[in-house]
Amino acid sequence: MNKSAEADIAIHTNNDAKMDTTTMANDLNNNEAGNTTASFMNEHKSPRQRKRERANARFHFYGFAAIALALAFLVFFFVDIIGKALPAFDETEVLATIHYSEAASKNYNKAIDKKMRGVVSRAWLRNLPAYMKAHPELMGSSVELWMLADSRVDQYIKQHDGHGLKSKHKHTVDAMLKDGKIRTVFNTTLFTNGDSKLPEYAGILAASVGTVFTLLITMLVAVPIGVMTAIYLEEFADDNRFTRLVEVNINNLAAIPSILYGLLGLAIFISFFGVPRSSALAGGLTLALMTLPVIIITTRAALRAVPESIREAAYGLGASNLQTAWHHVLPLAMPGILTGSIIGLAQAMGETAPLIIVGMMAYIPEAPTTILDATTVLPAQIYTWSTESMRGYGERTAAGILVLLAVLLSLNALAVKLRNRAQQSW
Amino acid sequence: MSTGINTNNETKISVRDLKLWYGDFEALHGIDLDILSGKVTAFIGPSGCGKSTFLRTMNRMNDRIPSCRIEGEILLEGQNIYAPEVDVVQLRTHVGMVFQKPNPFPKSIYENIAYAPRIHGLVDDGPDMDELVENSLRKASIWDEVKDKLQQPGTALSGGQQQRLCIARTIAVAPDVILMDEPCSALDPIATAKIEELMDELKKEYTIVIVTHNMQQAARVSDYTAYFYLGDVIEFSDTHTIFTAPANQKTEDYITGRFG
Amino acid sequence: MNQHTIKRFEDELTELKEKVLAMGGLVEKATKRSMNSLIKQDAKRAHKVIDRDHAINTLEIEIDDMTRTILALRQPAAGDLRLIMTIIKIVTDLERMGDLAENIAENMLKTEDHPLTQVSSLQSFSDLVLDQLAQALNAFSKGDLDDAMVCIEENQKVQQKFKSMHREYLTYMMEDPRQITAGLIATDIARNLECIADHAVNVAEMVIYMVKGKEVRHVDSDTAAALINQ
Repeated sequence: MNKSAEADIAIHTNNDAKMDTTTMANDLNNNEAGNTTASFMNEHKSPRQRKRERANARFHFYGFAAIALALAFLVFFFVDIIGKALPAFDETEVLATIHYSEAASKNYNKAIDKKMRGVVSRAWLRNLPAYMKAHPELMGSSVELWMLADSRVDQYIKQHDGHGLKSKHKHTVDAMLKDGKIRTVFNTTLFTNGDSKLPEYAGILAASVGTVFTLLITMLVAVPIGVMTAIYLEEFADDNRFTRLVEVNINNLAAIPSILYGLLGLAIFISFFGVPRSSALAGGLTLALMTLPVIIITTRAALRAVPESIREAAYGLGASNLQTAWHHVLPLAMPGILTGSIIGLAQAMGETAPLIIVGMMAYIPEAPTTILDATTVLPAQIYTWSTESMRGYGERTAAGILVLLAVLLSLNALAVKLRNRAQQSW
Repeated sequence: MSTGINTNNETKISVRDLKLWYGDFEALHGIDLDILSGKVTAFIGPSGCGKSTFLRTMNRMNDRIPSCRIEGEILLEGQNIYAPEVDVVQLRTHVGMVFQKPNPFPKSIYENIAYAPRIHGLVDDGPDMDELVENSLRKASIWDEVKDKLQQPGTALSGGQQQRLCIARTIAVAPDVILMDEPCSALDPIATAKIEELMDELKKEYTIVIVTHNMQQAARVSDYTAYFYLGDVIEFSDTHTIFTAPANQKTEDYITGRFG
Repeated sequence: MNQHTIKRFEDELTELKEKVLAMGGLVEKATKRSMNSLIKQDAKRAHKVIDRDHAINTLEIEIDDMTRTILALRQPAAGDLRLIMTIIKIVTDLERMGDLAENIAENMLKTEDHPLTQVSSLQSFSDLVLDQLAQALNAFSKGDLDDAMVCIEENQKVQQKFKSMHREYLTYMMEDPRQITAGLIATDIARNLECIADHAVNVAEMVIYMVKGKEVRHVDSDTAAALINQ
């Protein structure tokens, strides 16, 4: 009896123990489900918690929507530009017979068959007399070769309606197409020619060279002056009313509409110093004026980012102001200064407004050879083309934008790379 | 108040009635203090009491603050360092400084040491410079840790090593006095102990003045301690006395943690 | 003195001081009770003293443990350091005094077989010693230099009295050899009391160190007074 009672109890305790473990397991499960007595783990979400979570979700959605919208714009922009620009990288050539005759050297139209006139580019033909003069041995011979097609033919071949192309030319072109006498090749003209009144012969070479000249001048003027100004203000100048005034003014200058710099450049460089209008020098100096505040501000920021402890270390060792700035602060700030300068220059490169004022929105068929030659820059060239009505300029406008974008993006990438290098620890 | 004026001829720096203003704010109210040669002198006191400011007057680092104005004298071996004919650059080679945060130049370990001797024209590049670099690193007891990587950047070292590198850099120009502004506040206890051990070693050759927030550190490393409070030296005495039986109640309160 | 910034440290110091004072109180009580047992020939009280000595020993251990902890964890400086040092030193003195009171009680038990004839001189001597002890403990509890100085100065009287008592007992023992055992017991009790007085002086000297940070041990009382008044 006694024994069985004991056994009973034993079983009972055993059961109890089992129950305990099961409840514990339940508890654990419930814990995972977020259901315990702890106040931060309630099974039923409180209204406040729901509200909070909804607000979070809403905010998340707004942010995501903003990014998606921005991305959509960007994609649209690129697709549009690239779509419009791509045909410009092809040009159409026609195979025709050319007669190097006396008549042709006087009237270049006579060098080709009558039916080909209006199919072959007039701009291309225009160069014949000069070519024949250079090669007198060709006189009297007839050669069949690939010639640049007229823009209207080009557009027709590129599946546009080819408006402006006369129907007789259309027939000629259709026939030639059948005979394989028309081909499209990579458009080297775009990169080897300057502007032209005929779209098939217009290129970005003159504008590119002009841009390079202008930017070189901007860089050579703005970077040293800007950097030295910033170093002086940041490392040497006393903090007094005058320097503060200079500081405020520099910050204000950075916010001035760029066209005003054009007026300033016109007044100072062209009217006063007599720099030739439309020259890379005038444009470069004007852009340098505009870029200066940006370079000063970014350089000062870069200098200020150099930890004070480095200056203290140098001064503590008995280095002079100049030694401290030159040996320690400047090398550390250099990536930041370069980044700022590149961004400033990139901005200058994309600028048109001040250049309109100094006369760089001009028709420049020939690439400049000196900084005093009249020249234009890429953005100005793009603008000029965009105002032309002929279809051929449309795709060249897009191509110019694409080239400009590519250069700007690579400049920015360089700036980012330099900035990353600047993020070393010290 | 104990003036701390010592007529002992071992006095390295004696400060007489030094007052300092930041603009209109008087940060130091007439400090009189003697720093003994070959000893470690510690400045303790709550934040903003002027101890760091005072330390910086001793190699004229305060000159860099435009609004800072000074009255009184600081005599380094009898010469007033605020006299008009003093060359601050030369002064700083006599009175070196180690800062709170280890601040090696982002250059190689070798260049960190060689920089100051080079700009002061003490030693020409070459074997002489190599020797000076090695000696300085040895004195700062960091040679064994860095001898195989002298061309690696100083900033790649650990915090404690960087601080010892900074000390080596300071002693490369053979100063008389080394000022240390909370040199261990950014370091772990082991690195701190190494610096403290190093200070014990260095005081054989240099006079050391250290500002510290860590009272135990002042007690461990210094021979003399000055307690600063609100721009005054409240008590200046040998460290043993300050930490067992200070004469001034304010010092007592600060030392025992009854401050404020 | 201002409050500690760290409240718990302040509490620990207060608790420690209270423990030392409690220990001092127990020692005082034990000495008084052992003397009373002698005067009233009450063996029960003597047994009580002997039984209760462990309470003093326990307190000693507790205080030692607390001082160790404070030294290790708080790194006391200046006044706090001197307080801790003083407590470390006087705790030993107090513990010894407790043992001495126990000795007196044990000697009292011996007097049941050998009754003392001259209890009154021991009583007046013990009054002197107890007074000195009270002064030492007061000095510690209040940080009072005057009490400490009185305690130290009174030691001269105690020493003189002890010498004269010694002579007195010697005389009795020579006059009546049957009194030798009782005389030896009385001498022993007097020596115990004199030892307590010595320890009380130690406490007083440590209190002076605690308050002034000046070391007055092993110097004569004039020099001590001069040091204190500096």
